[in-house]
Amino acid sequence: MSITWTRRRIAFRRFWASFRTQRAGVIGLAILLLAVLLAVIAPLFIDEGVTNVVSGTGEKLAPPSWDDPLGTDESGRSVLLMIWWGSRTSLLIGFLAALLSMVIGTVLGIAAGHFRGWIGAIVMRITDWFLVLPSLVTALVLAAILGGSTVTIIAAIGVTSWPSTARLIRAQTLAVEARPYIERSQALGGGHWHITTRHVLPNVAPLLLASTTLEVASAIVTESTLAFLGVSANKTSWGTMLRGSYDWGAATSGAWWYILVPGLCIVIVVMAFTLCGRALETVLNPRLRRAS
Amino acid sequence: MTIAPPAADAIAEEPARRGLLRYAVSKVGGALLSIAMVIVATFFAFRLLPGDPVRALAQGRNMTPEQLDLERRRLGLDKSLPEQFLEFVGQTVRFDLGTSYEYKRPVLDLIGERIGSTLLLTGTALVMAVSLGIWQGARAGWKPGSRFDKFSTGVSLVLWSVPTFWLGLLLLMVFAAGIGPIPGIFPTRGIESVDAPDGFGYVLDVAKHMVLPCLTMVAVVYAQYLLVMRSSVLDEVGQDYVTTARAKGLKDDEIRRRHAVPNALLPTVTLVFMRIGFVVGGAVTVEAIFSWPGLGQLFYEAIRVPDFTLMQGTFLLITVSVIVMNTLADVIYHVLDPRVRSA
Repeated sequence: MSITWTRRRIAFRRFWASFRTQRAGVIGLAILLLAVLLAVIAPLFIDEGVTNVVSGTGEKLAPPSWDDPLGTDESGRSVLLMIWWGSRTSLLIGFLAALLSMVIGTVLGIAAGHFRGWIGAIVMRITDWFLVLPSLVTALVLAAILGGSTVTIIAAIGVTSWPSTARLIRAQTLAVEARPYIERSQALGGGHWHITTRHVLPNVAPLLLASTTLEVASAIVTESTLAFLGVSANKTSWGTMLRGSYDWGAATSGAWWYILVPGLCIVIVVMAFTLCGRALETVLNPRLRRAS
Repeated sequence: MTIAPPAADAIAEEPARRGLLRYAVSKVGGALLSIAMVIVATFFAFRLLPGDPVRALAQGRNMTPEQLDLERRRLGLDKSLPEQFLEFVGQTVRFDLGTSYEYKRPVLDLIGERIGSTLLLTGTALVMAVSLGIWQGARAGWKPGSRFDKFSTGVSLVLWSVPTFWLGLLLLMVFAAGIGPIPGIFPTRGIESVDAPDGFGYVLDVAKHMVLPCLTMVAVVYAQYLLVMRSSVLDEVGQDYVTTARAKGLKDDEIRRRHAVPNALLPTVTLVFMRIGFVVGGAVTVEAIFSWPGLGQLFYEAIRVPDFTLMQGTFLLITVSVIVMNTLADVIYHVLDPRVRSA
């Protein structure tokens, strides 16, 4: 066991050394850590009350000023504080939806790659079917039917976004299982569970990390789109704020801060995740490393 | 690459054509299976998941228990599940998508009225996005690492991170409502003015209404076409035939235009159609923002009300057409690209 861990520690150090050379990836990682940190420590400074309609202290739709650095919304709530509190919902949904999508995608992908024959064929058939469905439209329908609580939004995004992961993991599983040491393991009596969890999973894990990072980015965009199109709980997120700005005609009444700020937050966080994920991909995927 | 005598060529042609036919049949069979799965999944999703459609309908309306019962019977919800299922399948196969609760009219009629404007908007945006994406992607991929390449990749990365609806909101704010010194030039909503003139004036009026929605869709969709085209051109750059063309003394521009791009085009165009579902999602969002009276807006309204029959009907139509497009792209790709056929 200790040999394995030493080897892994060395591998991680080598990985970190090459990740550090990816400037964009490091910047993305820094922004990302900052955003997560801010979201986590938010309850130390503010509470759910900042999103309460009646507790708005400022004027309605007031432009940025000393009191409200990023202006106020239609009920006089501070946009800055709402953004801060809303980041918790946006990031939480983004992470959990990506996690759900990864778990489904990994389990089905490894299953399809490991069990050839009819099990694999059926799993691939289902995957291809989900891949063809227009994911946003399907997620909208699911969220509308289930009612838009945080859990159902996570489920709707997770259930519609796993197929590409499953395909990726399946391809990787096939590549790993073609190696001789799998045959050796089988000859020594390794069962399905042993081979998939001890040999395949550790080998696909690095790729999984890169694709999870990219998945979080797209989950955050999907969450905000679902919220904007009106299938979301009353929990404040960046998407619901933009919904509010649309409903209250911020675009036509010139309340630019109400539209610009939540949107920029989405773009910055999503871009940070994307940069980070692409850097991970470059480091972990030798084919890409050669190309760039 | 050997030059075969014509007779041998004709012999080789026959099995290839048969192989293609078999391929097409299997693809169409797969598509039919997918459509059947969509119908079954839709039925169960709309019946078994929590959220009784009748109770959802009654929300915010004063309805007596008798009225609720009547509504339940009208929707066929009083029958047993297998009966409901058979009835649903029978109706769907006969293109009967039920009656919208909100509009009190057949869903199919509503879809028929709206589909034209969706095709107009999506078609225009798609043509623009594909040509722009392919042109820019080809140039970027031909000289990877150049300034043009870096600029293109940067732009597509930013557009990739921007949610469609937010871009729409920004355009709405700047160009339709007007901000600061910029006056509003374009209309904020709809497809035509109330007092739209006839004839050519009408065409201009619609075009003016289409500028912003179209721009939003193009911006979001074209980024991924650019990236796909860039990577397929990148794959061609190192190929032997490019070196040969260069050795023949062709101009760089000519090699790109006449040799590399046609080869890279095929996988790109197929991917464009494979990912049509993404475009459909964008259309829903854009139509919702700009109140474009199309299928996407109909779907959006159905979700807002919520009008489950309408939602179900539009969902079925959208999904089935995406499946059909995918299958078409698959088969056409097979016809056009001999490299896939031999594999």
